[in-house]
Amino acid sequence: MIVAELAAAELRRRLTGPGLRLRLGPVATEIRSPFAVVASGLALLYAKHEVLGAGDFADFRVAVEPPFGVRRFVAPQALFKFDGNTRFRPLPAAQAFPLLEWGLNWCITMHCHQYLIIHSAVLERNGRALLLPAPPGSGKSTLCAALVARGWRLLSDELALVELDGTRVVPIPRPISLKNRSIDTIARFWPDAAIGDVVPDTLKGSVAHVRPPADSVQRARESAVPAWVVLPRYENGAAMELAALPKCDAFMRLVDSAFNYSVHGRAGFDALAALVDGSDCYAFTYGGALDEAVAAFDRFASS
Amino acid sequence: MNELPSALLDEALRTPARIANDSVPWEALIASAREADLLATLAARIGASAGLDSVPRAPRAHLIAAGHRCRAQHAVVRREAFEIARVLAPLATPVILLKGAAYLMAGLPPAQGRLFSDIDILVPKARLPDVESALMLGGFATTHLHPYDQRYYRRWMHELPPMQHVKRLTILDVHHTIVPETASVALDAGALFRAAVPLAQATPFAVLSPCDMVLHSATHLFHNEELSHGLRDLVDLDALLAHFGGEGRAFWRTLVARAGELDLGRPLYYALRFTSRLLGTQVPADVVADVARYAPAAPVAALMDRLLDAALQPAAASPATRWARRAMYVRGHWLKMPVPLLAWHLTYKALRRGEEPA
Repeated sequence: MIVAELAAAELRRRLTGPGLRLRLGPVATEIRSPFAVVASGLALLYAKHEVLGAGDFADFRVAVEPPFGVRRFVAPQALFKFDGNTRFRPLPAAQAFPLLEWGLNWCITMHCHQYLIIHSAVLERNGRALLLPAPPGSGKSTLCAALVARGWRLLSDELALVELDGTRVVPIPRPISLKNRSIDTIARFWPDAAIGDVVPDTLKGSVAHVRPPADSVQRARESAVPAWVVLPRYENGAAMELAALPKCDAFMRLVDSAFNYSVHGRAGFDALAALVDGSDCYAFTYGGALDEAVAAFDRFASS
Repeated sequence: MNELPSALLDEALRTPARIANDSVPWEALIASAREADLLATLAARIGASAGLDSVPRAPRAHLIAAGHRCRAQHAVVRREAFEIARVLAPLATPVILLKGAAYLMAGLPPAQGRLFSDIDILVPKARLPDVESALMLGGFATTHLHPYDQRYYRRWMHELPPMQHVKRLTILDVHHTIVPETASVALDAGALFRAAVPLAQATPFAVLSPCDMVLHSATHLFHNEELSHGLRDLVDLDALLAHFGGEGRAFWRTLVARAGELDLGRPLYYALRFTSRLLGTQVPADVVADVARYAPAAPVAALMDRLLDAALQPAAASPATRWARRAMYVRGHWLKMPVPLLAWHLTYKALRRGEEPA
């Protein structure tokens, strides 16, 4: 069963009662929340995700709930809870859905050390994976959404889960997170996209999430072989440029982008070295012309 | 296997081999081990008995992940110990490693799967200024910069304010004894140094003698006001008692006598009572009878049984555990300081609430 097959009332019942259990690639999570924005966000953005039964193992049990006391009513807030304990500072209740997304990212990066985890978008064509590792503001998610719009399979817009031998990337398809002006850019570039509510005034500015295509969610068990590492950089109005990047530079940038490189010691070094050895590495500058950018990536994929 | 999540973790730690045969509520077990910071310990114990392959794939991933994290932390602690040794060696002062770092560097069983939050060392009080200066030159800076906090640690506590390496960010606690100066325990820190055992493989470090190590672990747990790591500390005690206690009768006799010498009979009573009660640690019956003289009055003992049973559970979210930990918080402060000083300290802290750290 998938989320879209749950009636709205049943979705609310699970979220406010026993918990909604979802499969997210290699992990499963239980979610509870009384917030209507969380229910509607899940209904829209996780529509194609598999719903698990009460007896299925959940890796993480999370909740997004209001605090006790007056903050339920006056300038209401939302708390993220993990195993029943509050994590992070409270956010305004209007940000409950982004808080859930950020909380889930935290759960995965803090606990899934069976993988080397890199802060990177990951896409796939013909079994070969494209990694876009980058710090915030580099246009990674915009580029990722544009490629997904033109048929690339989404493995993740945030987290590359690399097997420790460096030869496979494991998909964890979840909504793509867009910020500020890129929300309108993608809405124009991909008119069919299912985009959730725009939540203004978060720590990251305005944020909105895009539903991953059904195909990407259904193929979450198909891992991919790393083939390209591309460091994107968005520069307003700049001419597009794709330049070969020395492998040692690509390696160091991946180290900088990894969440748990230090956890893996020698094995982490070997995994990244294998990944970089097997990939063509580039630096990619673009000025916002997404069609031109997607065409450049399509040329790799067919080469 | 017991269906209650609270008893589940204790039982899995006691008899990890049964994991292979029983139907285990894995989700609850993994969540409570994770919350108690005992996931890697559980992984080590299952790995050494039934084997990790006997665990279903989904929970096994958590045990494997915790094992990776634990190995990384152990490598960091070893490297940090080497750096601290390099900085302190010129002082020619005894330096005793405490708790996790001691278990790891001395190769003792509690190190298996143990996660770390900081490194603890014990140095003679007279050498404290030299040690602090040398560590500062070595890149460790004090934390808790508020003048009140500095005075609190330096005048009343058994340790300096925690130090942190400015680049590596590791936290180092420098102790000069093992109970706060303001506590009503008459403990001679010199006795700990005289009995300490040098580590040939890691000069200039030593570790406490086996009995002192148990007594320190017990004091740390049962004098503490903060029990969020309580079950982990109890598991340390269980592993130490199983290891040293297995060496023969002499250990147990010395342990009880030493507790009397150091005025640490009460924490030893609690340690033996709760390791055997919650983790099934084997304590000889005559030793149990012997330490009964250190027990509090019967009504207090009954109350402490109820409080500690709840406070030492992994689930901080359960109301019973939350209330028991609050009660233990009050008790911990009570033991730490005489009442007038405690009143002053709590008043000051209350008035300072909300003030930005300096």
